[in-house]
Amino acid sequence: MNLTNSQAGTSERIVLRAVDVWKSYDDGAIAVLKGVDFSAAAGQSVALCGPSGCGKSTLLHLFGGLDAPDRGHVAVNGIEVNRHRDLLRLLRHEVGFVFQLHNLIPDLTLEENCLIPTVAAGVGHRAAQARLHELAERTGLIHRLGHRIQKLSGGERQRTALCRALMNRPKILLADEPTGSLDEHTSGAVFDLLLDLVATEGVTLVMATHDRGLAARCDRLLEMHDGRINEPVTA
Amino acid sequence: MIFLKLIVTNLRRHRIRSFISIAGIAFSVAAMLTVVTILQGAIGMFSGILSSDSEIIVFERNVSDLFFSNVPAAAVADISGWPMVTHADPVLFGIVSSADHPIITCFGVTAADARIRKATWVAGDRDAFAQRGDDVVLGERAAEFLSAKLGDHVPIGHGVFHVIGILKTANGFEDGGVFMPLGAAQGFFHKEGTSSVITIKLRNKDDAAAFKAMVRAKFANLIGLEDAEFTRSYSQFKILKATAWAVGGCGLVLGGLGVANTMIMSVFTRIREIAILRVNGFSQLQIAVMIFGESAVVSLVGAVLGLTTGTCLLFALKLVPALHGYVDVSIQPVVMLIVIVLALLTGVAGALYPAAYAMRIRAVEALRFE
Repeated sequence: MNLTNSQAGTSERIVLRAVDVWKSYDDGAIAVLKGVDFSAAAGQSVALCGPSGCGKSTLLHLFGGLDAPDRGHVAVNGIEVNRHRDLLRLLRHEVGFVFQLHNLIPDLTLEENCLIPTVAAGVGHRAAQARLHELAERTGLIHRLGHRIQKLSGGERQRTALCRALMNRPKILLADEPTGSLDEHTSGAVFDLLLDLVATEGVTLVMATHDRGLAARCDRLLEMHDGRINEPVTA
Repeated sequence: MIFLKLIVTNLRRHRIRSFISIAGIAFSVAAMLTVVTILQGAIGMFSGILSSDSEIIVFERNVSDLFFSNVPAAAVADISGWPMVTHADPVLFGIVSSADHPIITCFGVTAADARIRKATWVAGDRDAFAQRGDDVVLGERAAEFLSAKLGDHVPIGHGVFHVIGILKTANGFEDGGVFMPLGAAQGFFHKEGTSSVITIKLRNKDDAAAFKAMVRAKFANLIGLEDAEFTRSYSQFKILKATAWAVGGCGLVLGGLGVANTMIMSVFTRIREIAILRVNGFSQLQIAVMIFGESAVVSLVGAVLGLTTGTCLLFALKLVPALHGYVDVSIQPVVMLIVIVLALLTGVAGALYPAAYAMRIRAVEALRFE
């Protein structure tokens, strides 16, 4: 494997790796990723910065197994992500997603939204409730558990999405503009919480963002441009 | 619990659409239940006429309808003498008409027939039956719609008959029928020397097989069938049952199309939501179970509503004087079970395409749409 673009430290355990990944749409008419190499070590926070359309979200989708590369390899914990093999295990136990829009189900309560991943993974009710209360305490949502999503503020919704993503103790959190829909103050608060949670949970964070201020607070900041990770920048 | 809530949530979200689907299934189920129950009741009543104080029916082999069956009087006389037979009653069926009533069932029977001997006589004297050729006995409902009383003369068909009795019976056909002495009926219907069937009462029911074998051996053109056997095999009953289920089935197909429409809309309006579930680890199977679950809820609620509505409708029909004795509200459990299973299958069939579509939703594409 050639990891020339952005090499993680060799002494650290690599949990996420992409090698020469290519991705295009419309039968190759729109080339989005053009030979991306990437790796992230356990517990590391990595920010992907770059203009809209440079391929940040696409790369996150490939990391989470939501899409398949046209060429190249993506591996999570040393196991290659194959859309037809182990994908459910990957989504249920290995990775969690947070999106720019909270993507919560509006008719369900905060508690019910958070429990969705545990229902999918068949986690027992007691264990799921214990985990929910642990995360809700830490995110300051414990008093809002029974509330419907419509009753929550933007910050609360994004914190709920964060709780949901971490319910099954994933090893990797993929965040696509997680604070992009929030005002500056709320955005900072949610990001503080995000960094705190990934640090205490030992989760690897890969975050796509336009906000260089937030990106600078990650362990690594990678610049994406025209489907490539051009240069590693040490934050 | 959350899974169940996911199933119910979408139905609650689009209440009117869900209600219309449920109503579609309910009306289909009610229609099927009503039609099947009425026809089964009619078949039961007809069987009841034939099995009145008898275990076996003898009639002409290979006739499509008992009205066309001709059993010679000689066969009646012969069979009456068989040692295993308690009594053999010839019955001639015919359709007569009177003013404003084009179809009245007529029974040509002997004075010894159980229909005469064991009936409840509302008026008249059973011993007077068959004393004169123009005497008739009316069922209570027939007397009502013919506005006839004991001693009246009523025009029936091309003749005028003297009412010498009025019978009360729970059987709709008999209650709305006319009983004539056998000889008079044979003359009236130009079937001298014949009857439609012979109803047989055996000394011992275990002799049924031997009796049928004797009929087969002695009368090449006659057949003897036990009552249950006759009900199962009689082609008219088969046609009626098939028609009833076909009519009900068509209703359910329409209901199923309603469910399919609802489920398709349900999937199309929440593609993004299904994508979210997929991203959170829901398998294709779990998505399919969720969609089928929704359709099952629609079908089950529709089935329960339909059964309730159908039963109420049957009770209402039973109160209609013209249908007195024709509607049997005792719904067979097996019919209810079949109706519920059919409604569920309809729901499942209606959800097949939507479920397949939902399973194929690609989260990555669905999430791109804001």
